[in-house]
Amino acid sequence: MSSADTSFFGRLSWESFPLAGLIQTPNANEIVANAAAGVVIVGILVVVGALTWFRLWGPLWRDWLTSADHKKIGIMYIVFAIVMLARGVLEGVVMRAQQAAGPGDGFLEAEHFAELFSTHGTIMIFFVAVPFVFGLANFLVPLMIGARDVAFPVMNQISLGLTVSAGMMLMVSLLVGEFSTGGWTAYPPYTGAAFNPGVGPDYWIWAIVVSGIGTTLTGINFAVTIYKLRAPGMKFMRLPMYCWTIICSSILIVFAMPPLGVAALMLAADRYLDFHFFTNDLGGNMMNYANLFWLFGHPEVYLLVLPAYGIYSEVFATFSAKRLYGYNSLVIATMSIAVLSFTVWLHHFFTMGQSALINAVFGIATMLIAIPTGVKVYDWMATLFRGRIRFSVPMLYGLAFLMLFVIGGLSGVILANPTVDYQVHNTLFLVAHFHNVLLPGVLFGLLAGYNYWFPKAFGFRLNEIWGRITVVLWTVGFMLTFLPLYFVGLMGMPRRSFSWEDPSFHPYMIVAVLGSLVILSALLAVVVQLWVSIRDREKTRVPVGDPWDARTLEWSIPAPPPPYNFAIIPHVTDRDDFAAAKERGTAYPAPDAYEDITLPRNTRIGFILCVLSGVWMFALVWWIWWLAALVTILMLLSFVAWTFKTDIEEVIPAAQVQEEHEAWLDLVHASAPINRDFEISSENRGRAGPDLEVAT
Amino acid sequence: MKRAPTHSYPGLNLGRRHPGADKASEVVTFGFWVFLMSDLVYFGLMFAIYITMIDAQAGGPGPHELFDLKSIFAQTLILLTSSLTVGLAMLALKYNLPRSRIVLWFGVTLVLGLSFLVLEIRDFVAMADKGGIPQRSGFLSAFYGLVPLHGLHVAAGCLWLIVLGIQLRLMGLTDLLMSRVVRLALFWHFLDLIWIGIITIVYFGGLTYG
Amino acid sequence: MDRRSEMHRRERRRYVIGYGGSLLLTIAVFSIAYVFGIETKGVYLAIGLLGLAQLIVQLVYFLHIDRRRSSREDLDLVLFSTLVLLIIIVGTVWIMGNLAVRMHTIPM
Repeated sequence: MSSADTSFFGRLSWESFPLAGLIQTPNANEIVANAAAGVVIVGILVVVGALTWFRLWGPLWRDWLTSADHKKIGIMYIVFAIVMLARGVLEGVVMRAQQAAGPGDGFLEAEHFAELFSTHGTIMIFFVAVPFVFGLANFLVPLMIGARDVAFPVMNQISLGLTVSAGMMLMVSLLVGEFSTGGWTAYPPYTGAAFNPGVGPDYWIWAIVVSGIGTTLTGINFAVTIYKLRAPGMKFMRLPMYCWTIICSSILIVFAMPPLGVAALMLAADRYLDFHFFTNDLGGNMMNYANLFWLFGHPEVYLLVLPAYGIYSEVFATFSAKRLYGYNSLVIATMSIAVLSFTVWLHHFFTMGQSALINAVFGIATMLIAIPTGVKVYDWMATLFRGRIRFSVPMLYGLAFLMLFVIGGLSGVILANPTVDYQVHNTLFLVAHFHNVLLPGVLFGLLAGYNYWFPKAFGFRLNEIWGRITVVLWTVGFMLTFLPLYFVGLMGMPRRSFSWEDPSFHPYMIVAVLGSLVILSALLAVVVQLWVSIRDREKTRVPVGDPWDARTLEWSIPAPPPPYNFAIIPHVTDRDDFAAAKERGTAYPAPDAYEDITLPRNTRIGFILCVLSGVWMFALVWWIWWLAALVTILMLLSFVAWTFKTDIEEVIPAAQVQEEHEAWLDLVHASAPINRDFEISSENRGRAGPDLEVAT
Repeated sequence: MKRAPTHSYPGLNLGRRHPGADKASEVVTFGFWVFLMSDLVYFGLMFAIYITMIDAQAGGPGPHELFDLKSIFAQTLILLTSSLTVGLAMLALKYNLPRSRIVLWFGVTLVLGLSFLVLEIRDFVAMADKGGIPQRSGFLSAFYGLVPLHGLHVAAGCLWLIVLGIQLRLMGLTDLLMSRVVRLALFWHFLDLIWIGIITIVYFGGLTYG
Repeated sequence: MDRRSEMHRRERRRYVIGYGGSLLLTIAVFSIAYVFGIETKGVYLAIGLLGLAQLIVQLVYFLHIDRRRSSREDLDLVLFSTLVLLIIIVGTVWIMGNLAVRMHTIPM
């Protein structure tokens, strides 16, 4: 350690800002780095300016930042995820451009390219996929199980705060210092203090630790919510498939986040306190890190993809106007995948040197996962079979998923064979494989869910035409970008190479960069779709709340739902309770009596911990010890102070509930039921009419 | 004859005497159980790492030079007794004994917890005097990653005891506080379980295989 | 009133039994270590089994985990956690032990 660690600002100095690099050596590399920093600053200025211009600071604070309402927290998660998605996609495009600029070194420096793939992976997994998945879950789960909120609303707010502040660290690393160059897996000893003394790995470590805590709390919250807060009559085998996937995903979080925390904190102990967990000398063993990381890493991908399976299950059932085929087998398959996902982690390091027996055992365990996944694919296809299919946007995403995901899954079975893995380990074949499961699997699922539930959240439908354009662009963009990588991978191109020489790679690289531009336009199309939809919102309002003739409880309430979700907690008698009620003609019942409703009051604790944990991470990264100590105490104090609060709930009087609910019921009865053929026309106010025939 | 169901929540509970608190604590207590299981995985991994690193002594001092079984025995007795006293505090609460009894058992638990920490820190200092610092070897890193993590939990438990004691004094026996006492008791018993793992695997295991 | 104090006594006895059992097991473990030394695997096996017994005693008497119907969800949770924990720990020790053997950092 130098004298810097005793100074007031730790090791922070003017040299830490990217502008210093641009002034000293103006080249393409520095320009890209400064452009990225510039985008962040401009983004912040635009947001701050807009909030000030439209005088939105007050509403933002009162209605959103301090709210403990699960629906608002869910929406904030998703907004955050989409902002981070934009950065992740841009980084992907820059990386593809760098590789397409070959053969040779391209326009970026090796360090910068390494930062790009490290942030891209970290962002896409931890700050896009996880918040998007759990943003949707936040919004949906209480509505689907007939609850007023999650089990721990304030803890939910704290989870959001921690996730956002950790994500902000990745933004800060663009402005001050640099991010890790060790990939999203951050393998030591490369990321240890001996080889990487800078701030990069520290940004990674603290972002991972803090977001990991947030995610763990979320997992606990949703496991308990689904376990304990189901409406009367909602037995486990009546849960919507989506809730099944969320409870499995939550259990995966509870057991799989600790390995990541352990690995990251041990790496921190190595870097900060000179421990020897993963160092090359004095008995350290980096193989322990690989083992720990993938103990987390494998369940992680399933905790992301299971909720997407849940979304597809809901979407296929609704847009086929059928009951989900093989519900029981889907439940069993989901649970099998969850348990099996704990037994396969070694397939991420087949080449580390353990015996053939161990590799074979884990290889076989990996292949076993294909069985429950296959069951799911057949169940979905059987759901479509002879259904009353509408090719709406979520359905189109679902169909693209079915076809592309099977390719990705099969390439996974290929990789599960250790002998094959030895050949393609660490090549672009692997990159192609996991993008092939994560894009059509997770991202398409999330976008399908976004299109499907958007009218529920905001009361108007998204633009259908632009939605279809996004489906086409994402699908084509994905195929152009990632399918060529299978071939270059088989030809032997290592992943994460900023430079390459073999000219036979070149055509594939060109196709891939063109594909990445299509993906970029897909992202832009998502923005345009949102903008067009907001502009035309008067024509697409669905206040009654059931625009798709859907099946589960969340569609039986107004869109957007009132803060208390259900005026009266429903009594569930069937699996697809709302669909059954519509068939029986007992949907939209008028209750006999109303009761006062207790809801969690707004609180500042989540926001306070968000800011404080951000400062805490920054202080640790830059060795500003006094600040880190101070903020630790402040966090502890603010939490303890919060536990002294007693008026944490507020009551909505029965009269108000009655008035709002009856007004909505009048609206329901005044709205014309709509046939499915007119689903996307402006006549659809959210009341579904009986269709041709009810397929079963 | 089967015992009549006296409570909705299994395991530690507040019973029929406090129906409001019992209902309120049902969801929270289950959530706390889930949290404890997540924490358990944390400890489990630290145990696994310790097992893989027993041989990574790199020529530094090993278990035979460093571990002091007498002190460990004393710490075990102290922690075990504190687990009893925190249970008695729970019972005092459940059966509406005078508040002084709750405070008494809380106080005893706190004193026991703090003396456990004092003994543990004394052990660490003694180890450091013999060159047993975490920077010396992978084995010692693994040891100091695990045992002080447990100590940190005990310290957090002590802080929790103090805060809860103050809150009981200020607010009286509200439903919320009673449910917190249940969780504190759970947490404390859990730490006792982890400690059994530590003496069995870290100390005796270290002495056998190290 | 009587019934209440009766229940109180019963529950308190439960804690005291758990405490006594744990105490005995602890003393047994340390005396074995003291008398036989802690060098052989047989002794360690005995210590390990006593440790396991103590875990169960504490789970039953302090944490009130048992097989009564109302306790099932706790038991399920604990059993599932144990399963995951076993997979993780046994897997880790297996893999890392095998690697150590193959890298000759420990003898076969």
